[in-house]
Amino acid sequence: MSGGGIRFDHVSVAYDGNTVLDALDLTVEPGEVMALLGPSGSGKTTALRAVAGFVRPASGRVFLGERDVTGLPPHRRGIGMVVQQYALFPHLRVEENVAFGLRARRVPRAETRDRVAEALDMTGMGAYARRHPRELSGGQQQRVAIARALAIRPGVLLLDEPLSALDAQLRSGMLAELARLHRELPDVSILYVTHDQVEALTLADRIAVMDQARLQACGTPQQLYRAPDNAFTASFVGNANLLPVTVRTDGALLGETELKLDTQGAAPGATATLCLRPHLVGLGDGPGPNRLTGTVGEIQWRGATHRLYVDVDVAGHRVMADVRELRDPPAHGDEVTLHFAPDDAVLLPAGVGAGEERR
Amino acid sequence: MSAGNGAAVRGRAAYLWALPPVALLALFFLYPLALVAQQSFQPDTGGTSLEPYADVLASAAFREALWTTVWLALAATAGCLVLGFALALVIAFVPFPGARAVARFVDVFLSFPSFLITLALLFVYGTVGMANGAWTDLTGDAEGPFRFLTTPWGVLLAEITYFTPFVMRPLLAAFSQLDTAQIEAAGSLGARAPRIVRQIILPEALPALAAGGSLVLVLCLNEFGIVLFTGAKGVTTLPTLVYGKAILESDYPGACVVAVVNVLISVGLYGLYRVVSRRARA
Repeated sequence: MSGGGIRFDHVSVAYDGNTVLDALDLTVEPGEVMALLGPSGSGKTTALRAVAGFVRPASGRVFLGERDVTGLPPHRRGIGMVVQQYALFPHLRVEENVAFGLRARRVPRAETRDRVAEALDMTGMGAYARRHPRELSGGQQQRVAIARALAIRPGVLLLDEPLSALDAQLRSGMLAELARLHRELPDVSILYVTHDQVEALTLADRIAVMDQARLQACGTPQQLYRAPDNAFTASFVGNANLLPVTVRTDGALLGETELKLDTQGAAPGATATLCLRPHLVGLGDGPGPNRLTGTVGEIQWRGATHRLYVDVDVAGHRVMADVRELRDPPAHGDEVTLHFAPDDAVLLPAGVGAGEERR
Repeated sequence: MSAGNGAAVRGRAAYLWALPPVALLALFFLYPLALVAQQSFQPDTGGTSLEPYADVLASAAFREALWTTVWLALAATAGCLVLGFALALVIAFVPFPGARAVARFVDVFLSFPSFLITLALLFVYGTVGMANGAWTDLTGDAEGPFRFLTTPWGVLLAEITYFTPFVMRPLLAAFSQLDTAQIEAAGSLGARAPRIVRQIILPEALPALAAGGSLVLVLCLNEFGIVLFTGAKGVTTLPTLVYGKAILESDYPGACVVAVVNVLISVGLYGLYRVVSRRARA
């Protein structure tokens, strides 16, 4: 198995003059799991297909390790790939599906047999070797697809929305499976395309957030969650309240309300966006200096938590707060006070962070 | 009324609905066919006997026509399958400008009469056609070298040219249903184009190949226009033999015998083809 990671060097892809991937610079380190997270049409799948060799960049280079593979056909790249709809070969049995890549590489018969058994055992599908794909459930088919990709012992594994076709319960089980597989194969670099933030946060060492064909931010899940670079990242990685504020020397002004927070060097008087995670907003006066008052617009009971939507007294803005289940929740229209700690607020100056990669 | 009675009434109503088409089929198709079969047992000398069969089966002309018909049909079917598969592959999987227009032309081609293709081939390869004309102009010879059009090879060429789209149509439909992710998965696993065609595309195309192939086989066995146009001088197949006996020789019992044999071979080969293709799919 050859590791080596993936490197996008200013890769652009265009169809009929439409840029679908715009100057992507991104490095996936050897053995790293990188999630490409973004909405439909953000360019994440195009980036993955550029690595696989199914789209040809209009400009830029793609490297696997030190090898420039930009002009190589897919069959010479040595990549494992798993897609949303499994793409198993319906007329071949499970073991023949898994052996396909080994036969294409003319691996000796005895070794093929051993490696097929190994890949099927690794994915827990050893007992289904003689079945046809149509005789398997969706989750089982996806395991076979993963076994098929792993059997060729790729240095790079590309996963394109691999769990999207599965129901919620299976999905969380498969997430744990994928995490286990990566622990067992620590040298394999994984590029994981998803629009599901939970999958990205759970599995990835780092997340690259894409929107409108561009890389918006890249960093560890914790970095992106706690200190997002921009409003798009804040709203796409976890839930966020995004409120327009004016920067002051020691805080910010939200409407008429003074707030204390770290301005991170933003110039006083500038407009900025205040990012507040809903679970870091408390109900009541709280101990700190930051309070917002408003009326309850909506309240949802979610079992362990209550979600409050509070219309604050600032130009029609609504703040979302996730608080521990309340014994005596406020009613619609009640006046309430919300609080948050200065350290839990992040100021997002306009135009900062897009396209930068953080390690 | 009980549920059982209701079902019985509905069953009878279904039979009533089926009656008109069955009656029409019997009147316009099965009855004439029965007359042909009956006539084949009634020699001109009167009575009912196997004499027409004995006469026809003993004749060298019949045996030659039988052999020509069968090998031409089998060879044309094989040619159409190979050529049709290759062309459909290119149209469906090799991106080139105009691929969609070509695919549409295949549909139009299916509506052409068979003699049109034959006529076109005559213009190109006929004794005074373009190819021979170019040859005589270039070399100064009195005659060109292309004379195959009136031989069985000419019939074979015309049949393959005309019937190939009949194989391509179901193949193109099948290819449009094929999950391109499978082809990409095979490519990323290290398979080159020939292996992908052999192991991924061909197995998926087998039902379409069987459908197109069996259709072409039956059509070739019964082809009349192409044989009459191209091979009239030297090529006799069962349909042209029927025509010759019935119209030119006024030997109706003989013509009916050949027709019955033709029908039996068509049905028999078609059945065989279906069995073989079903085995291939299983």
